[in-house]
Amino acid sequence: MVSRAAPARQSPPIPAGLTRDHLVEIYRYLRLTRTLEERLTALYRQSKVIGGLFRSLGQEGESVATAYALARGPNQDILSPLIRNLGSMLVMGAPPIEILRQYMAKAEGPTRGRELNVHFNDLEKGYLGQISHLGDMIPVMAGIALTFKLRGEPRVGLVYIGDGGTSTGTFHEGLNFAVVQKVPLVVIAEYNRWAYSTPPEKQFAVKDLAEKAKAYGIPGTTVDGNDVLAVYEATKFAVERARRGHGVHLIEVKTYRRTGHAEHDDQHYVPKDELDWWAKENDPVDRYVKQLVQNAWVEDRDLKGIDEGVKAEIDEATDACVDEPLPPPDSALDGVYIDPPAAPRHWYRGL
Amino acid sequence: MADVTYLEALRQGLWEEMERDPRVFILGEDVGAYGGAFKVTEGFVKKFGEQRVIDTPISEAAIVGAAAGAAHMGMRPVAEMQFIDFISCAYDMLTNYVATARYRAGLATPIVVRGPCGGYVRGGPFHSQNPEAAFFHTPGLKIVYPATARDAKGLIKASIRDDDPVIYLEHKWLYRRIKEALPEGEEIVTPIGEARLAREGKDLSIVTYGATVWKSLEAAEQLAKDDGLSVEVLDLRTLLPMDDAAIMRSVQKTSKVLIVHEDTRTGGVAGEIAARINEQAFAWLDGPIMRVTAHDVPLPYAPTLEDFVLPQTDDIVKAARWLAAY
Repeated sequence: MVSRAAPARQSPPIPAGLTRDHLVEIYRYLRLTRTLEERLTALYRQSKVIGGLFRSLGQEGESVATAYALARGPNQDILSPLIRNLGSMLVMGAPPIEILRQYMAKAEGPTRGRELNVHFNDLEKGYLGQISHLGDMIPVMAGIALTFKLRGEPRVGLVYIGDGGTSTGTFHEGLNFAVVQKVPLVVIAEYNRWAYSTPPEKQFAVKDLAEKAKAYGIPGTTVDGNDVLAVYEATKFAVERARRGHGVHLIEVKTYRRTGHAEHDDQHYVPKDELDWWAKENDPVDRYVKQLVQNAWVEDRDLKGIDEGVKAEIDEATDACVDEPLPPPDSALDGVYIDPPAAPRHWYRGL
Repeated sequence: MADVTYLEALRQGLWEEMERDPRVFILGEDVGAYGGAFKVTEGFVKKFGEQRVIDTPISEAAIVGAAAGAAHMGMRPVAEMQFIDFISCAYDMLTNYVATARYRAGLATPIVVRGPCGGYVRGGPFHSQNPEAAFFHTPGLKIVYPATARDAKGLIKASIRDDDPVIYLEHKWLYRRIKEALPEGEEIVTPIGEARLAREGKDLSIVTYGATVWKSLEAAEQLAKDDGLSVEVLDLRTLLPMDDAAIMRSVQKTSKVLIVHEDTRTGGVAGEIAARINEQAFAWLDGPIMRVTAHDVPLPYAPTLEDFVLPQTDDIVKAARWLAAY
């Protein structure tokens, strides 16, 4: 019998094929999302953010983890984020300064002051901003994934839908179309408990959104949406399955919207103790940090260093754009079509 | 030179664009193996394959939405609405998503949404509609509506080549009723935004489009014979963007305008044309701008009812006569 020395106490292996560097990078995106939103909240209170502010507090984990499972870089995978997927956009490479400019309606912003919040896109980087009509991005992303299929490109589309959004007709039409066409599309169904003020039991009669997948003949998985690595692993599996030509997969992430629908909403319809529980016991960033440190994958002090770096980056981005001008009024007329290049200015404006 | 029908001309245009540009593909209900409800795409799947002629579920919003997504990626999708009446199911996708994409986000969305429209065929309320007014109000869309075989071909080709979304309305009453010699090998592309003078005249202008171009021409012929009136007929061909210059030229020439369309009256395109003439050519008018349109009811099925509701040649004759005498 060969005797073996007892193994030295060591950290468990990092799951899902990730490395320490990946873990640190994921943490950085989580922190960047939260810090940027905190900055936006401050700017909102100073009336510098002009429209509504929609926070993803409590949902940053699933946003970052799902996007992190995609192939990123020029002309790789494409996702379509909702208002609470700021983290997904940052992972795909949206620069924080563009988010700040967009919220503040700056002329130099990605839509030149035409659209709000995260409604903008960079298809080369891999994100296509939503419109406000929930569900509509599912058919559009089905069309993008269809193009990947038609061209034989090994690329994947990923689209988010909220619990309330699954009640729309376009969710059904788009998902069904994608399924029968067997396009490489992953649907992330975010069960965050509130559609504005409406709870799930007034939206649908299934317990889990994953049950809906059965009606489309596709796999449906439910994941703890605030467990960053579990969300990553489930998404990675679905993404690579789609990439291999096996079609659509629906992943339900159970999470919780800890702020109102937007900053103006005081959430009077939400039980206070429920909010407190999610904040204290089930915050995705806290849970992730605890997991990294307890497993000795990353040192606490390394994370502190990231926090400081992120804060400096947001400070710098804010300083660089906060005083930029709004767009000139008559820039409103151009770009409805390529031809004609601009809408005519009304006759009385020249009087 | 072979005579080709309006439908065959449209089919040729689609076929030629599919051959010319590998980015062009067709999607819609029953467009593949069946060849489309009116056989516009008959033989396409055999020639171009299932990847480029895609049979879809009954999901107009998904058809248009998926076309938009593909167009963002550089494709040139042509989406068929089996009957244009069903385009209302994709109204949200067209007006909120597609029409705004370039303006709000700099996104190119070169799609064509086409389908059979129009009445005079006993199709009842849901197989006879003219939906142009519902989209005419939306900046970001273009709307074309050919009346001749030449333009059926020329406008489908121009629509596919256009870098912005185009709604292409094809009148099913004209499908096999209109024939025209189209030289083989001639590249026919009708510029979007240009009206066509269908008949020259000096006493009165009829501004119209679609099937009522033919009814207006019939009326003009009758008025020439019976009343000695010289009636000009302007076929708009494109509704959005509208060829204001061609309309005003005609108004300046005749000083009297009758606007004729098959769609219902209230909120119809004729009202907008009248407003533009009032703003741009008021001084040239010698009479009120008048309209001949469908009555403001859903289109009924029975021949007696449909014929009563829709504008007929005789209605145009009477209205033009009244206006000429004004």
